[in-house]
Amino acid sequence: MDLRRPNRPVIGPKVRQVGFVTPDSAAATSSSSIPAVSAAAATSAGSPPSSLSPVMIPPPRHPSTEMSNPHFHPVGSYNPSEQILGSPPALSPSRSSRFDADGSDFGGDDDESVALSGVGGGMTPKSSLLMRQPVTKTAPLVSETHKRDSNVSKGKGDGPSAAPKEKLTKAERRATQEAQRAAKAAAKEAAAAGGAPSVSKQPKPATKPATQQKKDVPSGSGPLQPLAPSGSIEKKQGKKEVAAPHPRMQFDDMTKVGKLKKRAVVNQSEARNRVELFRHLPQYEHGTQLPDLELKFFQLDLIHPSVYQVGLQFLSDKISGGNARCIAMLLAFKEVIQDYTTPPEKTLTRDLGAKVGSCVSFLIECRPLSVSMGNAIRFLKNRISSLPHNLSDKEAKSRLQSDIDRFINEKIIIASKAIVEHGVSKIRDGDVLLTYGSPSVVESIFAYAHGIKKNFRVVVVDSRPKHEGQGLLRRLVERGIHCTYTHLNAVSYVMHEVTRVFLGASSVLSNGTVYSRVGTACVAMVAHAFRVPVLVCCEAYKFHERVQLDSICSNELGDPDAISKVSGRKNLNYLDGWAQNENIQLLNLKYDATPSDYVSVLVTEQGMLPPTSVPVIIREYGIERLWT
Amino acid sequence: MDPPMDFQVVVLAGGTSDKLSPLVSKELPKALLPVANKPLLSYPLELLEASNLKNIIVVVEGDEAATQVESWLSVAYMDRLNVEVVKTPGDVGTVGAIRAVAPFLISTDILIVSGDLVSDTSPGAIAATHRRHGAAVTALFCPAPVSGGADSSTSGGKDKAKKPSRCNIVGLDPTRQFLLHVVSGAKVEKDIHIQKRIVRAVGQMEIRSDFMDAHVYAFKRTVLLDVLEKENLYSIKQDVLPYLVRTQLRSEISAKKENSADESSNGATKELPSEDININSAVPSNQNLRWLSQHREIAPSSYQEIHISDCDMNKSRPAKKTHKCCIYLSGKTQYCARLNSVQAFGDINRDMLGEASRITGYTFSAQNNVVHPTVVQGAKTTAGGQCIIAEGTILGDKCSVKRSVIGRHCRIGSNVKIVNSIVMNHITIEDNCTIQGSVISSNVQIQERASLKDCQVGAGYVITAGSEYKSEPLTKK
Repeated sequence: MDLRRPNRPVIGPKVRQVGFVTPDSAAATSSSSIPAVSAAAATSAGSPPSSLSPVMIPPPRHPSTEMSNPHFHPVGSYNPSEQILGSPPALSPSRSSRFDADGSDFGGDDDESVALSGVGGGMTPKSSLLMRQPVTKTAPLVSETHKRDSNVSKGKGDGPSAAPKEKLTKAERRATQEAQRAAKAAAKEAAAAGGAPSVSKQPKPATKPATQQKKDVPSGSGPLQPLAPSGSIEKKQGKKEVAAPHPRMQFDDMTKVGKLKKRAVVNQSEARNRVELFRHLPQYEHGTQLPDLELKFFQLDLIHPSVYQVGLQFLSDKISGGNARCIAMLLAFKEVIQDYTTPPEKTLTRDLGAKVGSCVSFLIECRPLSVSMGNAIRFLKNRISSLPHNLSDKEAKSRLQSDIDRFINEKIIIASKAIVEHGVSKIRDGDVLLTYGSPSVVESIFAYAHGIKKNFRVVVVDSRPKHEGQGLLRRLVERGIHCTYTHLNAVSYVMHEVTRVFLGASSVLSNGTVYSRVGTACVAMVAHAFRVPVLVCCEAYKFHERVQLDSICSNELGDPDAISKVSGRKNLNYLDGWAQNENIQLLNLKYDATPSDYVSVLVTEQGMLPPTSVPVIIREYGIERLWT
Repeated sequence: MDPPMDFQVVVLAGGTSDKLSPLVSKELPKALLPVANKPLLSYPLELLEASNLKNIIVVVEGDEAATQVESWLSVAYMDRLNVEVVKTPGDVGTVGAIRAVAPFLISTDILIVSGDLVSDTSPGAIAATHRRHGAAVTALFCPAPVSGGADSSTSGGKDKAKKPSRCNIVGLDPTRQFLLHVVSGAKVEKDIHIQKRIVRAVGQMEIRSDFMDAHVYAFKRTVLLDVLEKENLYSIKQDVLPYLVRTQLRSEISAKKENSADESSNGATKELPSEDININSAVPSNQNLRWLSQHREIAPSSYQEIHISDCDMNKSRPAKKTHKCCIYLSGKTQYCARLNSVQAFGDINRDMLGEASRITGYTFSAQNNVVHPTVVQGAKTTAGGQCIIAEGTILGDKCSVKRSVIGRHCRIGSNVKIVNSIVMNHITIEDNCTIQGSVISSNVQIQERASLKDCQVGAGYVITAGSEYKSEPLTKK
């Protein structure tokens, strides 16, 4: 990360980093030659230049699923080596020639598959041929050295474009192998085993030409990779997931989704036309969930009424915002604890923990948890499990309730007051302050600064579809603060006059990445380009030890209809009935990740810190260390 | 046993309604009036049972009616529902009925269902909406019945002319979640007076007159009990609901309540006056005050003080005591009707045979009718589509039954035509009678060659041979 900072232009590559960087690219940038080489390869292969080359999906595959339908293979999968991995004996020259034939046949289908992908662009027949050839040639040379491998394949190369291709694979081999390992590790961590395979099963998922090439290249290095470990890793992953579904489950695995559905309380029908890159995120048909859940109101005896109420409010977006949701949840849990009686022959610590767990899973069905809620739940479960066994029910309950009260009070209310005090110190007379969306803490800072007669002006930047900024604007104007309201599109224009940018955050991760309302990264980046300091205000209980480099792995998808419909413009109906059209996929992301490069300072209740200090805060003041 | 989801259910079964004479009498209270051969009260009870609401309080007007309802309930729902019958003296109104059961009410919210509701709108949905908004009251409104079909079109016209009382003027916010204005029944005047304050708070109000109050309300118990303390309230629909709606921005009801009532008022404090519901109800909660306020609905009082002081410090306008009145609109596909007139009785019976047959729970045969296996049919007798004929009925030769309901143990002679009619139990119809569009109560005897059209015949009446009646209510003197 540090290496990149000086030599990279400010705007270009960093834009990419915000949206589309996966762990691979981190590895890829470590040997900086790779992107250039792959770009050259892409251009030589006759496909569009690889401006999107960093888009890389970690390619863990299930050999079993690949093997199950070999006929599908030449068409759908862009990494024939995977099959080769599974069946080395088949790698005779005759087989390879058949492969070529398949490739040329496949050329006809290729257009179709690209059209189905819906993202545009595609692999030309030529490129697909080229991609396949090195694989078939390298395959017989598994036992040989790199040098000979490349030599032989060069000799056999049937076109001028094949030779550079071969060089490329050699050059990339190590890096991509590393990348692949890193990706696998990441995938393992995120329980992503199911992620790619379903992608590769269908002919559709030709997301972007660059993606395909990238995918192909690592798979080209497949034969050199030891086989057994990767297989065993995948097996392990499978077992793990069967045992306990990971909180960050991958939603493109049909079997797992099916299992989840059986248990689900909320009626969740999978949304159609999900954007390929975000298939691993949960997304359901909106509009049917709320009525269905309401119908079942009296049928769900197991869920406490207050949890149910909070769930309904989450589902209908009546409560939103990290702090609000967290407090609502905790107060609901407080009532659950209040009404709880330990059943006979069970212990409170265990049974209550399970009960809270079931409440949490209901809330997750209503809306995925925010990091702040996750932390709060962890705190609560921690407190439950650490209760001494000799306590009576009454004592235990009152202790837990006071714990929750303290959490809300100290970690949220007092913390936000402390943040306000810190934040106000950074407001000078004559400042023009910009904020995005409607962060609650930032609003308190503005209100307080106005209260102590600071003279400043506020620019509220807003965006569709939620228009949260309008509420903020109204309240600020009510207080008599001079405001400007604009939309995200105009942020580069208003940034000229801005002297400070105050942003809120849903979470701050341990590498300093700020995970916040979608659009925040854009504002921060523009501010950075204009050399305007960016202050991110965030309570420390929202910090998380996770590392996230992009906004793809973990995000939340909103209702696509929210962006397809423009309120007040009835004639803008071009997207009506989009769900029927396979070629349209609407993406309504809720969060994005702002790299720490763009954040000047984090304002927390512990003071103002550089984003690099997040791990320290987590270590010293983390949830686990609370009152222990 | 705890009430599920902290909801208690009160069914107001009524007594012997004047509006339904001559069908209803002392022997047959309104609750037991057969609709598609099932007592009327079984419809709301089964609706509630389907929603897993098994502890039900039924309020019946009048001693005799109460005894009858109770004995019927004990037989029909003995092992299924836990029903408690409470009797009130006649003519106390719905508010009086609620006053009678007030000591039994313990849960946070109360669901009040009219006993004459025939619907498949889930009470759970209403309750959930109520909870979601933390409202003081949530009312179910359904599209007012537009009398459709050839036969009922004439009566429909008549309906509108003679019963403006059934249409309400309803004011809704643009999202159709909040009830901003309601004038019901007889109080509808030429001019509609709308409070400026509410319009200002909301920005935009939608006024409809094609919604009908289905008389299903979810009340916050504290609010309800508060309202009950007031004098001169008689009907929930005409007095309580308009009162709550009218005062939603300057609520007095919960002012003196301690915690729980305070929650509702404070929760609403931020909701209505801050034009949240109006301009963009899509804009969710935003400010910290707002999020704190959201929780106030479930927050303990210790937090409230902090938050209220917060609000007062920051808010330019003083915090007002308010409460929320919400509305649940039943969908177009759902059936919802109230049996509160003779006309409605006929309409609902027809609907049970036709479009809303799913509610009855009968399985219709291939001929689209329900004929009990014990029914004896004579030669060349036809039971057409949309018919229900209950057990023990004997039909003579060459009879024709179309779009009608025939009750238990009727004896029907030869060559009788019954079209579009409701024939209750133990009725004797002799040969060559024609009955069209009529309602015939139990134990009526119709002698031969009589002809009835659009008549309502009270129980035990005897129609002499060869007589003809048109559009008359006939009762035993």
